Amino acid sequence: MARIAGVDIPKNKRGVISLTYIYGVGRSRSQEILATAKVDESIKVQDWDDDQIAAIRDAVGTFTIEGELRSETQLNIKRLMDIGCYRGIRHRAGLPLRGQRTKNNSRTRKGRRKTVANKKKATK
Amino acid sequence: MARSLKKGPYVHYKLERKVATNVENNKKTVIKTWSRASMITPDFVGQTIAVHNGRQFVPVYVTENMVGHKLGEFSPTRSFRGHAGAKNKGKK
Repeated sequence: MARIAGVDIPKNKRGVISLTYIYGVGRSRSQEILATAKVDESIKVQDWDDDQIAAIRDAVGTFTIEGELRSETQLNIKRLMDIGCYRGIRHRAGLPLRGQRTKNNSRTRKGRRKTVANKKKATK
Repeated sequence: MARSLKKGPYVHYKLERKVATNVENNKKTVIKTWSRASMITPDFVGQTIAVHNGRQFVPVYVTENMVGHKLGEFSPTRSFRGHAGAKNKGKK
């Protein structure tokens, strides 16, 4: 329905919730946006009038969001990898950066379990 | 937790002095240090610092991007060579 910040089309939800579908907008930013646009948080997206939509667009525009934010994050990661610091190395290896244990868990970074099937001593 | 701004960045005083003399004389001699906790300040840019990793000195050429990081971040203390048997799998 409403198109704000490019491709995002959340609808028939309350304004605060809907806006969080934009990458880079969470609950607190959403509240902030609606406050600056002077739109009540509980109004559903489909009930916004054109003036309100314009005001919200303006308010959203003040933040770095979506593709721009994504590329910014990627650049930050790339910087770490290029200078070859510890965090960059961990990024390259796909392991946690902040000193967490890697004996178990840390599946978010390592991805699905890769089972090493029965170690046989005989096979060379 | 981040270090208090009041104190300013930590650089070991001897290291700081050595970098200062190097900059003054426009020299690029490799500076050996054990002070892994020292922060890289803008003065370090262009210098090569040999940072101890517990076994040997790892030469680190400091670039602009590295400012604000600690020296130890560039000198890994562990070397993971992969698991046993992982090699076989790769060859197949």
